Amino acid sequence: MENPYLPYPVRIDSVVTETEDRNLKTFKLVFLNSEDREKFIHRAGQFAELSIAGKGEIPIGIASAPTEKGYLLFTVNKVGVVTSALHQMESGDTIGVRGPLGNCYPWEQMEGSNVVIIGGGFAFTTLRASIVYMLHPDNRKRFGNLTVIYGARTPGMLLYKDELVAWEERDDIHMHITVDAADDPNWKYNVGFVPTITQETAPSAKDAYAIVCGPPIMIKFTLPILSELGFPPERIIMSLEMRMKCGIGMCGRCNIGTEYVCKDGPVFDLAHMSRLPNEY
Amino acid sequence: MEQIKEKIIRIARRLLVEKQVDAVLGFQRGTIPMMSQPILIREPEQVDRLHWDSFCAANLATYLPQRRDRVAVVAKGCDSRNIVLLTLENQIRRDQLHLIGVPCQGMVDRRRVLAKLNGREPLAVSETSEHLSIKGEAFEETLKRTEYLRENCVICTHRNPVIYDELVADLTPEQSDLDRYQDIHAVETKSADERWYHFEELLAPCIRCYACRNACPMCYCPTCFVDESNPQWLGKSVDSTDTKTFHFLRAYHLAGRCTDCGNCERACPLGIKVRQLTKKLEKDIKDLYDYEAGLSLEEPPPLDTYRPDDPQEFIR
Amino acid sequence: MADKIIKKADLPALLSRLLDHYRVYAPVRHQGMTNFQEISAADQVDLSHVNTTLSPKSLMLPQSESMFEFTLDRTSDQVGVLREIEKDFSPRIIFGIRPCDAKSFQLLDLNFDTPTYRDPWWVKRRQSTTLIGLGCNDPCSTCFCTSVGSGPFSTDGLDILFIDAGDEFAIQTVTEKGEQTFSKVEIGAEGSNATTDAVLSVQERALKLMKSAVHSKNLKDQDEKALFEADFWDEVQFGCINCGVCTFVCPTCWCFDIQDEVHKGNGIRLRNWDACMFPLFTLHGSGHNPRAQKLQRVRQRFMHKLKYFVDKYDVGVACVGCGRCVQQCPVNIDIRHVFRLMNDLGA
Repeated sequence: MENPYLPYPVRIDSVVTETEDRNLKTFKLVFLNSEDREKFIHRAGQFAELSIAGKGEIPIGIASAPTEKGYLLFTVNKVGVVTSALHQMESGDTIGVRGPLGNCYPWEQMEGSNVVIIGGGFAFTTLRASIVYMLHPDNRKRFGNLTVIYGARTPGMLLYKDELVAWEERDDIHMHITVDAADDPNWKYNVGFVPTITQETAPSAKDAYAIVCGPPIMIKFTLPILSELGFPPERIIMSLEMRMKCGIGMCGRCNIGTEYVCKDGPVFDLAHMSRLPNEY
Repeated sequence: MEQIKEKIIRIARRLLVEKQVDAVLGFQRGTIPMMSQPILIREPEQVDRLHWDSFCAANLATYLPQRRDRVAVVAKGCDSRNIVLLTLENQIRRDQLHLIGVPCQGMVDRRRVLAKLNGREPLAVSETSEHLSIKGEAFEETLKRTEYLRENCVICTHRNPVIYDELVADLTPEQSDLDRYQDIHAVETKSADERWYHFEELLAPCIRCYACRNACPMCYCPTCFVDESNPQWLGKSVDSTDTKTFHFLRAYHLAGRCTDCGNCERACPLGIKVRQLTKKLEKDIKDLYDYEAGLSLEEPPPLDTYRPDDPQEFIR
Repeated sequence: MADKIIKKADLPALLSRLLDHYRVYAPVRHQGMTNFQEISAADQVDLSHVNTTLSPKSLMLPQSESMFEFTLDRTSDQVGVLREIEKDFSPRIIFGIRPCDAKSFQLLDLNFDTPTYRDPWWVKRRQSTTLIGLGCNDPCSTCFCTSVGSGPFSTDGLDILFIDAGDEFAIQTVTEKGEQTFSKVEIGAEGSNATTDAVLSVQERALKLMKSAVHSKNLKDQDEKALFEADFWDEVQFGCINCGVCTFVCPTCWCFDIQDEVHKGNGIRLRNWDACMFPLFTLHGSGHNPRAQKLQRVRQRFMHKLKYFVDKYDVGVACVGCGRCVQQCPVNIDIRHVFRLMNDLGA
């Protein structure tokens, strides 16, 4: 019997500090055993439990796309015991990965549609995975227009800066990068909150899905704008965060009503969420 | 008992109708024999739900920390002492409270009665001032009330409320000339090893449900040390070291603050005599500082106070 | 109805033979309380209780379970790698389990043995255990098993059922596993008509003793959000002191926590019982807590048992009517009352 609690051992291959406050680092992980690598088949939107022996586990969205083979990327915000310990670790150290866990963005449903990706702050990780996945030559033609609105507090707080620049230069993706405030006179992108930029760019709701990930305040003000733009609740997709332990729907803490965020989620559409008790 | 109940209801109705308080904190009759449920009454129409009998043992002070409204509280001696302490520790203000004082004859221990019945289930229990009459499926039994009191009530020397705004009955004579610490002496005379073994045995059944802590009116820390996760002071398993650490540290935290209300022991689903730990510290505080917790609004617990002329050098 | 009988006087012999083949767990009385323990001799067993103080769930889901071990020794090539721990899953018997508690294992199977994931420790313990139940001749006034899909002599979830029929036990073999178990002990005789009559009479009497019933038939149709937002929660929760008594004594409360513990460079990953009553249960790393208030936690417990579980699995409530929480709650929060409030909302 497979033990769903047993993490695969992985080696930290590299660590990149993403943000100016040094609180966000991206860890590139490679499997110690090739058979584990082959078993780990994920889809964009899923998460995994990162395991540090002696400290515990933490659920983190998978930032690498399924099309990036041979390694996994996780961008981790330093918050508690496990993430602080992880931030102390270096390339060469061994940790564990358990997953992939949860559901993914509704890729089958979204096929053939336009996709609007709206992200804020450090919740951009599985959105990165989604963008990289959709931009892959094998997949790009399976989706229509691809629009990205991504904001952070300052330019230095944006994740994946090099990739953002590269995507800006492509003509098969419409990028709207924004910051709450910029003190850099050379800042050549938007200034303004994500909901404002969403309103200004007004992505068309025709044949489109919106995937929204970000801090609660961003979500709160973005959802009404999407509704105004004509996005029906069934096509507004969100990913939720909850305190988790098992990640497989057994330990009982991450439920919202009948749904376990770890197993039945973390991805829910707005129509589904509005049927659940407001307790998250 | 019936008279006391009627008096509580009358007072509660008056206080609510005259809007002297926003709510009355008391008991309603339990859904099973020998049990009661703490209840907060806000409407005068609801006051008839209030109840009083020998099983209203829970300490209502537990529900007071951080309340913002004006509350009338049905208070036995121990409840009143905990209210004094909570006032001293700024958890509630005296002027928010209206104490409906109940001189107490000691509360009856449901577990003791059940043990006596030895598996026969009580279906209805009534009482007079002297006796409990118990009816079951095919039996009736009359027990002498004083023989089934809770252990802390047996040795209680403050049955009357120490502060109150009105009383529901005449003050009762206080018990005196009793040794509050018989069980503690017995442990004190053991050797260190025997004592350790004693505590191991005492705490072995603990399942870490924290009923003792949560029932305690003085355990109101926003985050208890056992719940701190960063840093985490204590393991979460039922490892005996962690379990003992929890109980010992909790007891130390109650030194000079415990009124021996017995709410901890009453709540324990496994009947662990956790009062042994708190009583030892209660005794030490009495011996060292001649202080009994919660008797006066003027006198804070000795371990909460600082005096520049403290005789002990390390603290100056 | 009874496949066999054994004389009560032969029970010690039966237990001894079971002990030759199995690890045996049974009710043992210690310091005035009866709980399940592993026994080494037949005379340790005490069947005089109504039900055990703690449910037997710890035999399937121990309060603390070591999941994995690891070393933090940086000179080891296994540093930081979690390894499974060898455990004893040899055949065992739980003797004297009440039908309500056996039913709870069936309900917990829905959580621990799923089409997507199988909890290995739960599944292996379930597989290696034969459940020999003991019918309830004397249900207590807080028992309400008959209104939640079980009953004092229900065989659901049992492999074998013993019924106390006076001088003898009537024995009903329920499953193949039960039959195999019994074939090993070679004890017991054919029951007579007198046995059947005795069994019928104790069953009839027991049902008469059942004083509690709960209403649950509307729960499925009630609107989840309407229940969630109902006014009655404020009163239900007032007395609650947010301890873990109800969850820890409950046979169907399965929530757990996972923790690492390290001693001198070696560590284990443990899982421990946890409870929705504790604020830490849902506290996010950010400090946000979706169930920060006592009301939210009390509501979660009842909603989980009586609504979310009902809707998720469609096999009824996550409650077997054992009444332990009713007996043990220090402030008398009575689930039977909450059943009524939830079931009758809007009626």
